Amino acid sequence: MSASRESYLRGVRAALPFAVVIVPFAMLFGLLASEAGLQLYEIVAFSLSVFAGASQFAALHLLQDQAPLLVILATSLAVNLRMLMYSVTLAPHVGAAPLGVRAVMAYLLVDQSFALSVAEYDKRPSMTLPEKTAYFFGAVTPVLPLWMGSTVAGALAGRAIPPEYALDFAVPIAFLAMTAPMIRSWPHALAAGLSVVLTLVLTVLPYGTGLLVGSTIGMAAGAAFEYWREKAAA
Amino acid sequence: MIDRTQFWIVVVVLGLATYAIRFSFLGLLGNRALPGWLQRSLRYTAVAVLPALVAPAVLWPPATGGEPDAARLLAAVVTVVVGLATRQMIIAALAGVATLLGVPFLL
Repeated sequence: MSASRESYLRGVRAALPFAVVIVPFAMLFGLLASEAGLQLYEIVAFSLSVFAGASQFAALHLLQDQAPLLVILATSLAVNLRMLMYSVTLAPHVGAAPLGVRAVMAYLLVDQSFALSVAEYDKRPSMTLPEKTAYFFGAVTPVLPLWMGSTVAGALAGRAIPPEYALDFAVPIAFLAMTAPMIRSWPHALAAGLSVVLTLVLTVLPYGTGLLVGSTIGMAAGAAFEYWREKAAA
Repeated sequence: MIDRTQFWIVVVVLGLATYAIRFSFLGLLGNRALPGWLQRSLRYTAVAVLPALVAPAVLWPPATGGEPDAARLLAAVVTVVVGLATRQMIIAALAGVATLLGVPFLL
């Protein structure tokens, strides 16, 4: 077996356990999108075009609330800004790959493929470029079909579920469950806490803008706190 | 009801812009480094945006007409605490759902 093929399979195996997270999360998205009145082809188009779960939930939530278009776009994009970091971090590893390969990798750059690849590149510094790209593609191979398939399954199930089942609180629980494990330090806690408090206080502002102001200040406060701590430690 | 014009604009623009973010350094900018302040800020975007997005629905759920609701508040608290303690998204979500469904029976 070639080294690239072996790397690819190692990536696939590493990504398989993510099914536990991806399947329910994608099904929930399909379910809620279908409850919101979207047709199956619209839900599939949404997932294929964006392929970033958290921002899709955010956009769906705000679309249902009839928020202004710019607010929907700004908020959902803010959720995806972390991928700029992913792009920066991967560039030195696979920047020498052909442009076409990198263009496909960019579409497939999601939390799972990024986290697994970077961990693997760190663990095995001797990996060649073809091995690195093969591992990346392996790590995303289970993710894309699981995400799309479970979205469709959720959407189909959604039509069968009577509306009196209260699904209104599924999104808050999903988002809080996603965020809490990301709070790894006091700056993270400050960013999240301040953003929440300010957004609640600023709900008096025209819809959705309080969230943008609150989360921007929260983000800046987290970054400033981290900077200050590093200075103090130095 | 979701406005279809708005929906398709979101599908196209959010899709293209998200792709542009992913492609940026990988595809075009290569090994150029981001300024330190920007790198630092990017680490905090998700933790700032995601909880704030749902905070109003936790305190004032639309389903109860905006009246705070014990089951939903407790479910939110349990989700966060379990998520912080276990670092497992699925366990946190299950704990939250169990609380949401269980509290009405206890009260």
